[in-house]
Amino acid sequence: MSTAPAAARRAAQLGFLQAIQQAQHEEMTRDERVILMGQDLRANVFGAAQGFLEDFGPSRIRDLPLSEAASVGMAAGAAMAGLRPIVDLTVASFMFCAMDQFVSQVAKNRYMFGGQARMPVVFRQALYYHGGTAAHHADRPYPMFMNVPGLKIMVPSNGPDLKGLLKTAIRDDNPVLCFEDATLWGRRGRGAAPEDDDHLIPFGVASVPREGTDVTVIGIGGGVRHALDAAADLAGEGVSVEVVDPRTLVPMDWPAILASVAKTGRCVIVDPANRTCSAASEIAAHLVEEGFGSLRAPVLRVTSDDMHVPFSPVLEKQIYPSKEKVVAAVRRVLGVEK
Amino acid sequence: MNLERDLALEMLRRMLRIRLFEEATIELFHAGELPAMVHLSIGQEAAIAGACLATTADDYMTGNHRSHGHPIAKGARLDRLMAELLGKAGGVCKGKGGSMHLADFSVGSLGESGIVGSAIPVAVGAGLAADVLGNGLVALCFFGDGAANEGVLHESMNLAAVWKLPVVFFCENNGWAVSVRAGELTSVEDISVRATGYGMPGVTVDGQDPVATYEAVSAAVARARRGEGPSLVEAKTYRFHEHAYGLRVKNSYRDQSEVDVWRQERDPIDLFRRRLLDEGLADEAAVEALDAEVRAEVAAAVEFARDSPYPEPEEAYRDLYYVEGAST
Repeated sequence: MSTAPAAARRAAQLGFLQAIQQAQHEEMTRDERVILMGQDLRANVFGAAQGFLEDFGPSRIRDLPLSEAASVGMAAGAAMAGLRPIVDLTVASFMFCAMDQFVSQVAKNRYMFGGQARMPVVFRQALYYHGGTAAHHADRPYPMFMNVPGLKIMVPSNGPDLKGLLKTAIRDDNPVLCFEDATLWGRRGRGAAPEDDDHLIPFGVASVPREGTDVTVIGIGGGVRHALDAAADLAGEGVSVEVVDPRTLVPMDWPAILASVAKTGRCVIVDPANRTCSAASEIAAHLVEEGFGSLRAPVLRVTSDDMHVPFSPVLEKQIYPSKEKVVAAVRRVLGVEK
Repeated sequence: MNLERDLALEMLRRMLRIRLFEEATIELFHAGELPAMVHLSIGQEAAIAGACLATTADDYMTGNHRSHGHPIAKGARLDRLMAELLGKAGGVCKGKGGSMHLADFSVGSLGESGIVGSAIPVAVGAGLAADVLGNGLVALCFFGDGAANEGVLHESMNLAAVWKLPVVFFCENNGWAVSVRAGELTSVEDISVRATGYGMPGVTVDGQDPVATYEAVSAAVARARRGEGPSLVEAKTYRFHEHAYGLRVKNSYRDQSEVDVWRQERDPIDLFRRRLLDEGLADEAAVEALDAEVRAEVAAAVEFARDSPYPEPEEAYRDLYYVEGAST
């Protein structure tokens, strides 16, 4: 069968959940100060903690009650007192229950106490949209946290990046928010699974999964997939799209973004967050301030509409970025709008 | 309790440190040297000193906006605390925390929170670290009667109880949540009864008696160190000054006579000093010597704070993130 090698290659690639599983297992093996806490963790309901209880024991693998505020604040305190907790908050919308703890304790304690505190803690949460979960579960709230100094934020677009960034996050002495785009859960990542236990990807270093010369399309999380799909379609029309994946939003790799736009002169940003004050908005503002001389067209944002997520699949899909919306935006910045 | 002389004098010393330190801040306030209002613990010294003396300097502690007394009683240097109140570079938080947010990690003080109740789960986390690392430490969690109605306290007490974490929840019930009498917007008269709902022991003690708080917290600490889990201790006390010194409240919500009675009859330092003399644990000379010692310490702290330079403007841009190899 001609599909067998392709299937084998696909199976060798790293999915999102596998990436999480591997990163957490390797880092917990490496450093016994790393502990993992989450709701429904021991039963492995979310699929990224298979065998952890057996391997690391009940002191380091803990099920959390439905107490998000205490869970987040407790993780902060544990980090300040010598542990390196990972907290699986499961769904990003649940972060709202703990907003004071994120803002007042996790983000501010080191600064307010004049550098006395170290805060080695990772909070993982899925962007659980595009699947009929409706408005309460489907938020993509990372831009809210970009507005809180003191946090680091990663929004990976594929399994290998997720693994490498998460391992870096666990070793970082600062608080990291890891947003996992659930539209990527079932997809295999680009490239083979990294074998190296020290497969680390530094924060603040963008990747360029596709090089091009006419337009820079910056993708955030699941937005990278739309960018790549659109780039492939547009190549058939003779349009050369460069796709940039910042991978981490805080810190942001501004030099890489500015360099790409300096080359292409045009930029479209694909961000699954709500439009107003999105990551795309921040990138657009930065390009206007620091890269205005390079721009040959307005910077366009392809984001979710400023709307709550409706339940019905007939209603839901239209509000998000899509390949078609990216293609249309690229045509517009090229002045070939149809 | 058969009070030992050394412990008794240490209780008095730490209460005096809080009292005289804060009286000095009042003078600094009127001299225009304090950049902001201060929330004073005057009147609550016995509760704080008794609780802190039941822990070691290595044990952890978190607290609230009424922030000065906790690190003082935990053993922090007064000079760096005072410099922090003046916003100076020599401050314990380099001038970035201020009066409501003191922290001195060298004595286990993991920080006070200006957001009421917000640091409660941080103490639970310190207890979790002690539990996982097996280092035998305990976390002392100060909160007030106002914070007793914060949801995060409920979550935190439940979590600490189910995991049997070494945490002592210590409520300074000073009778007033800013302008509202504690009993008015709280469902129970004694906050300690809520402990039952979390399957942990709860006790209410006289917060004007450092021995009573010391004994209750010592029992809770011993229980925590045995791995039997958290406790709730409530100290009934009273705040002698306004919610914040410098905050002008036009319509008085509490009768001056109520304040006067507490000040005249229930001043914790007067009461304890008298007890020491009555029980022969100290004579007048020893008590006066202690008073002079602490006055000198506070005067030196004020001098240190005044002499300390203001931070350079760049200081505002430091300490946001830990950076490997960078000095802090």
